[in-house]
Amino acid sequence: MSPHSCVKIRKEWDIVSARQLGREMAKKLGFSTVDQARIATAVSELARNIYLYAEEGQICFEVFETIERKGLRMGAFDTGPGITDISQVMQDGYTTSGGLGAGLPGVKRLMDEFDIQSEIGQGTQIKTVKWVR
Amino acid sequence: MSIPILKLYNYLLISIQTEIDDKTAIQFQEDLLDKIHKTGATGVVIDLTSVEIIDSFIAKVLGDVITMSDLMGAKVVLTGIQPAVAITLIDLGIHMQKVATALDLEQGLIKLYQELGV
Ligand SMILES: Nc1ncnc2c1ncn2[C@@H]1O[C@H](COP(=O)(O)OP(=O)(O)OP(=O)(O)O)[C@@H](O)[C@H]1O
Ligand SMILES: [Mg+2]
Repeated sequence: MSPHSCVKIRKEWDIVSARQLGREMAKKLGFSTVDQARIATAVSELARNIYLYAEEGQICFEVFETIERKGLRMGAFDTGPGITDISQVMQDGYTTSGGLGAGLPGVKRLMDEFDIQSEIGQGTQIKTVKWVR
Repeated sequence: MSIPILKLYNYLLISIQTEIDDKTAIQFQEDLLDKIHKTGATGVVIDLTSVEIIDSFIAKVLGDVITMSDLMGAKVVLTGIQPAVAITLIDLGIHMQKVATALDLEQGLIKLYQELGV
């Protein structure tokens, strides 16, 4: 498996493909079963958000290793409408689609590092990292 | 892919064996309510032993199906939730406090039997 791979998100089934790839990479890297599930869940949330709100985008994975530690970078990139108020969408329970509003705040808790950048009319970029313990 | 629903006396048994995508989840919701309506089932066990991930969407569908079944007079018990799945649900902030759960399918049936009789 290449250390860097992306899954395009266009149709519903791509959400499943993305989370399967995320889990596979997490397993190869030596993450615990619980962390594998955390990563797969985070991928599922971000991929679904792309599908629902941006229509098209991609989820990318990158393995990286330093002398001290190993980690998995997971990013979600879309060219959708962007997000007006980031602090609002990061609140538990905030949803514009009748969901639980658990996705974005959940991903922040599931992963070790979380960064979100968004520009109206340009799209949204979310970068996360999980470290192998 | 549709999820098979088995009938056993007054109960319905479902063991989810496939990776659930969004369409399958919605289809399952409709199929189960339809089956409750047709059979007059009073109890439902949904076994999640093989389910490796429950994200916010699937959690919502499951929560909704439990509420809807309840409205139709059928009690739902969830069984076999894997430790990793329970942990990620809490990370997502999803607590499912009012949901009946049991360790496995057998315990789920016992739970229904104790509460409802056959
Ligand atoms: N990639 C995106 N582009 C534009 N808007 C987004 C994007 N991701 C999320 N949003 C907005 O942020 C809100 C909150 O997202 P979040 O994933 O936390 O909850 P949800 O998708 O509404 O529900 P859930 O994820 O629990 O099913 C969404 O309702 C949507 O309005
Ligand atoms: Mg979401």
